[in-house]
Amino acid sequence: MAETLLTVRGLSKRFGGLLASDQVDLDVVRGETHAIIGPNGAGKTTLLGQLAGDLRPDAGAIRFAGRDVTRFDAPLRSRLGLARSFQITSIFRDFSALDNVALAVQAHRGGNFRFWRSARDERALREPARVVLESVGLGARAGVLAAHLAHGEQRQLEIAMALATEPRLLLLDEPVAGMGLDESQQMVRFLGALKRRITIVLVEHDMDAVFSLADRISVMVYGRIIATGTPPEVRSNAEVRRAYLGEDATP
Amino acid sequence: MAISRRTIVLGVAGLLLALVPPIAALTNQPFYVDLFRRMMIFAIAAVSLDLILGYGGMVSFGHAAYLGIGAYAVGIPAFHGIDNGFLQWGLAIVASALTALVIGAISLRTSGVYFIMITLAFAQMLYYLGISLETYGGDNGMRLAARSKFGGPIDLHQPMVFYYVVLAILVLFLVLGGRLVESRFGMVIRAAKSNEPRARAIGFSPFRYKLTAFVIAGSAGGLAGALLANQTEYLTPEFMHWTRSGEIMFMVILGGMGTLFGPVIGAIVLLLLEDVLSALTAHWQIVLGPILVLVVLFAKHGLVGLLRVTPRDG
Repeated sequence: MAETLLTVRGLSKRFGGLLASDQVDLDVVRGETHAIIGPNGAGKTTLLGQLAGDLRPDAGAIRFAGRDVTRFDAPLRSRLGLARSFQITSIFRDFSALDNVALAVQAHRGGNFRFWRSARDERALREPARVVLESVGLGARAGVLAAHLAHGEQRQLEIAMALATEPRLLLLDEPVAGMGLDESQQMVRFLGALKRRITIVLVEHDMDAVFSLADRISVMVYGRIIATGTPPEVRSNAEVRRAYLGEDATP
Repeated sequence: MAISRRTIVLGVAGLLLALVPPIAALTNQPFYVDLFRRMMIFAIAAVSLDLILGYGGMVSFGHAAYLGIGAYAVGIPAFHGIDNGFLQWGLAIVASALTALVIGAISLRTSGVYFIMITLAFAQMLYYLGISLETYGGDNGMRLAARSKFGGPIDLHQPMVFYYVVLAILVLFLVLGGRLVESRFGMVIRAAKSNEPRARAIGFSPFRYKLTAFVIAGSAGGLAGALLANQTEYLTPEFMHWTRSGEIMFMVILGGMGTLFGPVIGAIVLLLLEDVLSALTAHWQIVLGPILVLVVLFAKHGLVGLLRVTPRDG
């Protein structure tokens, strides 16, 4: 098997009486698209928050690209190559689409204590940003204020920002949530092309998206990962069918 | 290279302000030199607050503290016979920068209402410290023995000379501020204001940038304080009172947060209103209050927002 990019061991997180992550073990192999599915409240977003560094785990360890990053905060993990999109669209609404992506480029270039030269005149920031924006299909919308973009475009913009940081691992929290059928299919096609170049951890409720994109799937229930395997393995797993998909489910 | 709209506005505004002394002389109204100089000093303070408030989203309710520190950095050396302006103003900038570093390092660990309250508390602490300085007049304050001395033709006792010194500092500060908010550094603090979780997720650690902005704003506030002490030739702890912080904040909101010229217009309009209304009635604040409420209610982006024809994107 190929090299493991992300290793999670014994990760636990408690919110009061709720055990949101219960001894989670997870291995993400370089190059794969690893989906995490499970019913609402299973702890998927909490797990993603811990992977991105927004939440501190109570116990356990996260290794990323050979380093123990458990105690690293979100900006530091981002600079190491761990990018994320949020479940609820998170963009710089009062900046243009191009500004949004250029900011992500800037965050990874360093040298932010520069006070004189206009950042919008820096080709080193604008050109890479333009290339990434083109690649997600927003090239023609570069000058539009992010707040004025359509919902689907904002989701694309968020992924463009993540890509602009040249990540080694992309954490996507429900990228097709709230999208219409057309937008959703377009996004799945885009991610399908993207998954060949980049390792992805995907949290998603849309089973069509999951089964068409994922190389492996982990199933989470009540904060625990109860099964991990290829889509056919997961589909035929009796425990998964009972706990999550339901007796009569035919994914 | 194309000349930006901002440069044109700055040029025209600078020219108009430069015309105030000759016009005042022609119409025999020297009082207006004094009034506009005062407006420009508060404009510097208001612009410096707007750097962190409007661009950085840091609602500092203690900006008058730096006015006071700057004023005492002129007044205390003068009291002891040291009237060198470079020394006094340099001290004003350094002392307020250090104070802002301490206040910022502590208060920037909080946000929202807590940030407002902590900055307010620090400023009030300095206000009471000023009152306790019996040697320097306690709560009565003290007269400034003489205005800061720079030698050569720069004699601040000449109203016109002092006026143009203040104007030059204001214009320089607006130029520097204009570059700063468009620079990489400026983009970081604006991004953190716009959406801090997103800024962190793409790899910015906003704290050190916000703290730097806080220190820059504080030191500019200190310089405004040094100018204010020279303007009034009197200094009192009242410079640091929380109502003064509120007044500066109001100039920013009135003129337009997150714009460079808004706070300048806010300072001019607020002081002009105070001047005109207080000449009409002793109860001028009863009139001023509703006017301010109306502006906040109906001009969401301040007075500058009323002037702006096109939205900012494109």
